[in-house]
Amino acid sequence: MADNPFPLSKDELLDAYRRMRTIREFEERLHIDFARGDIPGFVHLYAGEEAAAVGIMKHLWDGDHIASTHRGHGHCIAKGVDVVAMMKEIYGKKGGACEGKGGSMHIADLSKGMMGANGILGAGAPLVCGAALAAKYRAKQKGGPSDVAISFVGDGASNQGTFLESLNLAAVWNLPAIFVVENNGYAESTSRDYGTAVDSYVDRAAGFGLPGVTVDGTDFFAVHEAAGEIIRRAREGGGPSLLECKMVRFHGHFEGDAQTYRAKGELEDIRANRDCLRAFVAAVTGANVVSDAELQAIDRDVLGLIERAVTEAKAAPLPDPADLTTDVYVRY
Amino acid sequence: MARKISMKMAINEAIDQEMTRDPTVIMMGEDIVGGAGGQGEQDAWGGVLGVTKGLYAKHPDQLLDTPLSESAYIGTAIGAAASGMRPIAELMFIDFMGVCFDQIFNQAAKFRYMFGGKAETPVVIRAMVGAGFRAAAQHSQMLTPIFTHIPGLKVVCPSTPYDTKGLLIQSIRDNDPVIFCEHKNLYGFEGDVPEKSYTVPLGEANVTREGKDVTLVAYGLMAHRALEAAGLLAKDGIEAEVIDLRTLSPLDLDTVLESVEKTGRLVCVDEANPRCNIATDVSARVAMEAFGALKAQIEMVAPPHVPVPFSPALEDLYIPSGAQIADAARRTFARGKT
Ligand SMILES: Cc1ncc(C[n+]2csc(CCOP(=O)(O)OP(=O)(O)O)c2C)c(N)n1
Ligand SMILES: [Mg+2]
Repeated sequence: MADNPFPLSKDELLDAYRRMRTIREFEERLHIDFARGDIPGFVHLYAGEEAAAVGIMKHLWDGDHIASTHRGHGHCIAKGVDVVAMMKEIYGKKGGACEGKGGSMHIADLSKGMMGANGILGAGAPLVCGAALAAKYRAKQKGGPSDVAISFVGDGASNQGTFLESLNLAAVWNLPAIFVVENNGYAESTSRDYGTAVDSYVDRAAGFGLPGVTVDGTDFFAVHEAAGEIIRRAREGGGPSLLECKMVRFHGHFEGDAQTYRAKGELEDIRANRDCLRAFVAAVTGANVVSDAELQAIDRDVLGLIERAVTEAKAAPLPDPADLTTDVYVRY
Repeated sequence: MARKISMKMAINEAIDQEMTRDPTVIMMGEDIVGGAGGQGEQDAWGGVLGVTKGLYAKHPDQLLDTPLSESAYIGTAIGAAASGMRPIAELMFIDFMGVCFDQIFNQAAKFRYMFGGKAETPVVIRAMVGAGFRAAAQHSQMLTPIFTHIPGLKVVCPSTPYDTKGLLIQSIRDNDPVIFCEHKNLYGFEGDVPEKSYTVPLGEANVTREGKDVTLVAYGLMAHRALEAAGLLAKDGIEAEVIDLRTLSPLDLDTVLESVEKTGRLVCVDEANPRCNIATDVSARVAMEAFGALKAQIEMVAPPHVPVPFSPALEDLYIPSGAQIADAARRTFARGKT
């Protein structure tokens, strides 16, 4: 094997690949099982966007917090949430990440710093300011680099008042908060450009007094590098930033979306030419750092994991009727 | 010949006819047209569940897709209403009121009173309500009581395609802000709807089944469950009268009182959580105004005081059933003072 030209060790590269592949296979499996009628409710798939979640999350530890969106499976997996518990949750089963009470749109695991997928656009940004404030207090007490908090938001949801207010609050309080705009070009069926007047989120960030960076969100290494810089600055007390990841979504807005709003051939084109996983594989195998066989071994592992997750989710018991009224309050 | 259409189509037709009648009727919301700014199909969605599909082709200047900024566009609709337009704003899921409530309850609801009777705000805010869609805690709530609590707002929640069309047309023509609540699990429900335009007045309940033994009061999806309960009770020889409130504000208390005077027994059904909901409101008003007519304690059927769970196994338990309503009616006989 050749010298490693990448800023990650071989083990780290393989780990990044495993996380991205897990997200991809998780989502592609859900796509099939949803169409088959196995899965209830609204399901928004992250396939195509994996490099953003993983490129950022590779820099995080459990004490760091993230707040996700309705399209949250990828953030969960990248942050280390248990895949079997996620699948059980999506099937509405006992033992799911939220005991079946939350579903796809609300998967959370606070032990991993994952503050939840969210059904309300923009809702994660203020919460992340809160997590960043708490991190700042913690850092003051214990010294050393601060934990950070990251809010993911779609291009569409970046027009919510909650999001815009949070940019300002984070800036005036100099919080270790990071705002990641996942720009996949669409909000539901509407193109990004219809709903957002400025072309550049860097300009928007500047208007709020935050440094901003735009990267190709399908390029794992570009995301990883930009996020690393921003996260390091936040950890050292340098305050909040905005990171725009330009990306593509491989499926409809939600499962069942006919996607007639796309241009002819668009889906085929992005799958053929903007597949972040394929680009990653080409880069690491092209540099002779990782072999095809090593990646294929991971693929087999991942497929086995997803298969086990689905089998266990299907076999898991339903919540008990008594669960309906538990966990509304700590005490009442 | 009677024509059957779905509740979804009844909404579409009401908006279509009002837009044709009055060019100041405009509508705004997220993806109510769909495909805006893209290279594929225009009018690609017609709303998240296709309710407004096809309207853009007929009224291209009257439908506006919005950025994902409810505070801004709900407020814009309210401001336009105060400035001579007759806007309909679609809030998609009522749960999203959280990000734009100020414009609704501190602005639209207050203008008329606060400005000494000199303002009119003829805006309709349409939103989906209710559980049963496996859409979990933030897309399934029945938040009708929150709006009903606010003076200055009118609140409508129909149960049939006929009422939906007539009430929506009336709401558009009404000069006060109306919160128009559409139960997403009734969108596919079909019923007779005349093709021509007509109105159903706000503030008039509908007696959907007559009976002399017990009064069941409900609205929205629960109006159907109450009818189901009446069917179950009939097998026991109990004749239930069913009242569909249709409008929650103004509230047609007279129709309820009249019925209770006759039956002496009352079951109030609500899909909203049990504290401070429409059922507690109606119960209290009946207890105050017709205590002498009551032969038994008033019963309420509502979900438990919990958020809407995702798991279908739990959500089905959450939503009040016809059987639960029938049981409550039976309790008014078992425990009541006859
Ligand atoms: C406050 C609020 N408004 C509207 C919605 C409905 N909604 C859910 S996802 C979505 C589009 C989001 O687009 P974007 O932010 O670009 O994220 P993407 O789906 O592309 O990942 C909309 C309008 C919501 N969930 N919450
Ligand atoms: Mg988007």
